Amino acid sequence: MIIAERKPIDEIKTFVKGKEKILLVACRGCVTVCNAGGTKEAGILASLLRLDAAKEGVPLKVDELTLERQCDPEYIFELSPSMGEKYDAILSMACSIGPQFIASAYPNEKVYPVLNTCFLGGALAHGVWAERCQACGNCIIHKFGGLCPISRCSKSLLNGPCGGSAGGKCEVSKEIDCVWQLIVEKVTSDGTMDEFLSLELVKDWRTSRDGGPRKIAREELLK
Amino acid sequence: MTKELKTKSHLEKVLSLGHFAVTGELGPPRHAKASDVEDKVSHLLGNVDSVNITDNQTAVVRMSSLSASVLAQRKGLEANMQMVCRDRNRIAMQSDILGAAALGINNLLILSGDHQSFGDHPQAKNVYDLDSINLIRTLKNMRDEGRLMSGQELPEDGRPRLFIGAAYNPFADPEDYRVIRAAKKVKAGADFMQSQCIYDMDRFRNFMSRAVDMGLTEKTYFLAGVTPLKSLGMAKYMKNNVPGITMPDFYIERLKGVPKDKQAEEGIKIACEQIEEFKEMKGISGVHLMLVEWEHMVPVIVKAAKLIPRPNV
Ligand code: SF4
Ligand code: SF4
Repeated sequence: MIIAERKPIDEIKTFVKGKEKILLVACRGCVTVCNAGGTKEAGILASLLRLDAAKEGVPLKVDELTLERQCDPEYIFELSPSMGEKYDAILSMACSIGPQFIASAYPNEKVYPVLNTCFLGGALAHGVWAERCQACGNCIIHKFGGLCPISRCSKSLLNGPCGGSAGGKCEVSKEIDCVWQLIVEKVTSDGTMDEFLSLELVKDWRTSRDGGPRKIAREELLK
Repeated sequence: MTKELKTKSHLEKVLSLGHFAVTGELGPPRHAKASDVEDKVSHLLGNVDSVNITDNQTAVVRMSSLSASVLAQRKGLEANMQMVCRDRNRIAMQSDILGAAALGINNLLILSGDHQSFGDHPQAKNVYDLDSINLIRTLKNMRDEGRLMSGQELPEDGRPRLFIGAAYNPFADPEDYRVIRAAKKVKAGADFMQSQCIYDMDRFRNFMSRAVDMGLTEKTYFLAGVTPLKSLGMAKYMKNNVPGITMPDFYIERLKGVPKDKQAEEGIKIACEQIEEFKEMKGISGVHLMLVEWEHMVPVIVKAAKLIPRPNV
């Protein structure tokens, strides 16, 4: 899923500065699962903003609303009844696709992203998420013992590990596992080291972001 | 191991004639003053067969390795121009290879490069379009097959005749895999390989005996990397802070045993003992002296280790 985290409160305060009436739009998708932008987090943020406004002695009305998803116009248009309220700002709590979709559906509204969209990943433990994919558009993990060197090696090496791998950790930080250590361990224990060795892959980055913004159109669904 | 020469490289000639080669290392300045490179060259000239010119080492912005290589060669010292995969994509790398060959560079040493988070521009976007093994293969194809990665043909007299260098690090992890990665570089087309600084001689001996058994040293010249310890502080720093370097405690103890003002001398003594062993070690064709920002000690160490005069070939 898409992993995101809330922006620092001080940055969010700059979005609402001088505004009297705002709408917080939460999302029930990935950001609910990673505890960043669901109904619960919207509630917490709304209270923080109301408290702060009260402390500063400025008027601020914060409304909250949760959409099923914000990456689909079908759900975005559920906002239409609320648009009569004339909000000074709409703060989307979805991944950064949400505020873009809202802004394009309602061009007259001022829309702000509450979250920083960080990476594609999963939960390692309660409250810990890690990157697992960079959406390169041509998955090759089966050649690397099921591990992704593109997203998990700091240098995206296809013939690693580099000379900085030490004690299972990446040269960049002791907080980062060297994925190449894991790949070597995996292909060794699988007994597939021999076929692995002849690999000398060169990545074709056209399917990645490097080829320009990507789009998929599925013929059979385009009726 | 006499081989047919692939290039006009002086280093290749020295190695192919069976001399114990000596290469040095020079870090270009963090400014545009050519005299800085020339001063460093003056310490190395006559003391090494060729010198590595680093490519923005530790991800700190410096004069480009190509420019500093040309400056060194104008002063009569052959350059081993380094190229890292961090800052350029395949278009820029192939272009710089063609340009380097056109400017008379004979040796090109290919590395992954330190991650930019170590340097003075941690905000930079990194590239790593190709990794070092891919780039070694690319250069070999350009030189021997006369083809760019695109398949575009190079005319016979327009191929980059470069002696291909690579790095090997027996001290990084996973330990058992390091010799296999070196083998991949040999297979990809490395003509010579220089190691990371060696302190852990046991681990190095093991590595080399495996490399010899696998026949790697028949195909590629292996040089042993030497960086004399300047002080106890440096030894401790390397032990604790430099990923991919292992420092045995007995060197630390040995430096502890001498007064501070004699530690550099002791460091040189240790390096000379290592060099003596490398001269005899099976599969080792020379040493790579890395005295970055300590270039003026090169004349001292080559004299003490009886590495001069250098062969005039
Ligand atoms: S190889 Fe590409 S698609 Fe597969 S996990 Fe890695 S980045 Fe994602
Ligand atoms: S230490 Fe491992 S993860 Fe980090 S850059 Fe090197 S190979 Fe990649």
